Amino acid sequence: MSVVGPGMAQEIPAAGGSVSVMTQSSAHDISQPPSTFDIISDRAFRRSTLIIAWFVVALMFWLVGSIGKQAMPAVRAYGWSFLTGSTWDANKEVFGILPAITGTMYSSVLGLFIGTMFGLAIAIFLSEGFLSSGLEAVLKAVGLDETRPWSALPDRLEDLLKVTVELLAAIPSVVYGLWGIFVVIPLVRPSADWLHGHLGWIPFFKTSLSGPGLLPASIVLAIMVLPTISAISRDALVAVPPKMREAAFGMGATRWEAILAIFVPTAATGIFGAVILGFGRALGETMALAMLAGNANVISWSLFSPANTLAALLANHFPEADAIEVGALMYAALVLLGITLVVNVVGTLILQRADASLKGLR
Amino acid sequence: MADPIDNPVAAADTALNAEALRDLEWSLRKPRSLFSYAMSMLTGAATIAALLPLFSVLFLLAKKGIAGLTFTAFTTLPPAAMSTGGGFGNALIGTLVIVAIATFISVPVGLFAAIYITEFAPDSQTAKAVRFAAKVLTGLPSILAGVFAFATVVVVTGGFSAPAAGVALALLMVPTILLTAEEAIKRVPPRMREAAVGMGATQTQVVARVVVPTALPGIVTGVMLAVARAAGETAPLLFTALFSDFWMSRTAPNFLPKTMADLMKPTASLAVMIYNFSGSPFENQIAMAWSAALALVVIVLLTNIAGQALAKRTSSIK
Repeated sequence: MSVVGPGMAQEIPAAGGSVSVMTQSSAHDISQPPSTFDIISDRAFRRSTLIIAWFVVALMFWLVGSIGKQAMPAVRAYGWSFLTGSTWDANKEVFGILPAITGTMYSSVLGLFIGTMFGLAIAIFLSEGFLSSGLEAVLKAVGLDETRPWSALPDRLEDLLKVTVELLAAIPSVVYGLWGIFVVIPLVRPSADWLHGHLGWIPFFKTSLSGPGLLPASIVLAIMVLPTISAISRDALVAVPPKMREAAFGMGATRWEAILAIFVPTAATGIFGAVILGFGRALGETMALAMLAGNANVISWSLFSPANTLAALLANHFPEADAIEVGALMYAALVLLGITLVVNVVGTLILQRADASLKGLR
Repeated sequence: MADPIDNPVAAADTALNAEALRDLEWSLRKPRSLFSYAMSMLTGAATIAALLPLFSVLFLLAKKGIAGLTFTAFTTLPPAAMSTGGGFGNALIGTLVIVAIATFISVPVGLFAAIYITEFAPDSQTAKAVRFAAKVLTGLPSILAGVFAFATVVVVTGGFSAPAAGVALALLMVPTILLTAEEAIKRVPPRMREAAVGMGATQTQVVARVVVPTALPGIVTGVMLAVARAAGETAPLLFTALFSDFWMSRTAPNFLPKTMADLMKPTASLAVMIYNFSGSPFENQIAMAWSAALALVVIVLLTNIAGQALAKRTSSIK
């Protein structure tokens, strides 16, 4: 099966014909047929990489299997009522995760909405080179566009901006949580209280913000999904074939006519995939919600009400849970795993589809 | 070109052209140009607004954390309630030990799988399945990695430990390492492989002596990015490593763990320490949370930036 059969190396100089005797002898020193040891180690290595490759695939099933196995007793004991119940009381052994499911969905959708707005803006800003072209125009106006240190500035700053956006994703979520407690909550509190006081009849502002709540958690969540959305949508926008760009500008479209009518629709599938993957991230994000959402089993439309999510429920209850509660938590983990796996598989498939659909245009 | 006076058709044409040209003129008086200009400004403002949190976080970390970041902070245990002073020495070592275990597990797995899907069977069904699994695992919520490690390690070994946390983080690191290593290996020029094959090298020799050394900077970048992400993860550690108020080793000098027994017990980490102290009512513990956060962010950002700088330097190799 191996590509290089024994003896092949010796055939090469002979096939060359005109190769001199001298190079033939020196080539013999460098190249030689593989020894038995080489062949055996080659087979062993290739076999081991194959096994590990399958191990990575199996890991996905192992993950589902091990969590499913631990959750099975609780699934049998509580059944569907687990999904529709709204109390979590370990002492009475009553477990329900409906508030956590609604809280997960509500906070994720809200965080995703804010994150998509800004993430898409960043993706367009970076993919269309706004910063460098804007700076170039400024430099041209000042007359510095050909002077040495200034001419490199637009590209430098563009690179710096890209790195900065990536660093946004590098900050650990627990640090964002800490920042949220001491910055975001005090920052949104006055406006939240004003909205509650004046527009309290609207369901979204029904309760006052008493510290932790859904809105501050969703704002921090938005910051955390933003890099995912901006990075993947930027890739999708950059992948729009250059000839479509040129055609749009050639027909006299302004920059934003081209962006909104040509680039974004062409990249739409990729952007949609980015949003779905961002949704997957938001659903599973733990620390920001465990620290900022308030950990209260409440179902409410209010943006300022404390809430709970599946991930935060796990984070808050797991460390001190007894055997029965661990079973219930495993059930909750299985639900979270099911939701996020579906969302991620859909997102990945959409991105693959987006990549394939652009092939005809290139 | 015919004279417009002689030729009415051409005259109309020129008039049309002039009108079309005016339509193309870039002026803020025109609604479409104005719209374009306004949208550009709006996008720029949104980009700047989105970056404000990053600067706010960095500024606050520097302001609130720097005071507690003394030499003693690195060599002392976390402060108890109501006490003064203290540090995060055991948490820093715990984080390093856990991340080291995770790296030790995830690098071979990620690298070997990447080698298989790029070098040995690039277009096979296996390769497709591996790529798909890696992409789906990238989106795995980190807390579920903790649940997995709890179910497979904590339940089996009977207690919270550093290796359990290492397994959880390794699960999160494998997809990153695999996918970046795949990209790095793909960028190795085919002629280098062909040259090695022509010299009579086996496929293993080609991989070990030509492909991996050439792709090494890219592979290391992936590992560093994965390490940076893992070091900051909190959720998978909450119920795998738990926390500890003591040093890992029971014997002096008590910095690093010395036996397996030292490893197989609850272990402190910077991330969990920040989480625990963030809700504390005591000033000193909150101040220590900020200092620990500053230390953690410095470690994470340095690893991240170093990894990206390495990637930039090597992307020029063709």
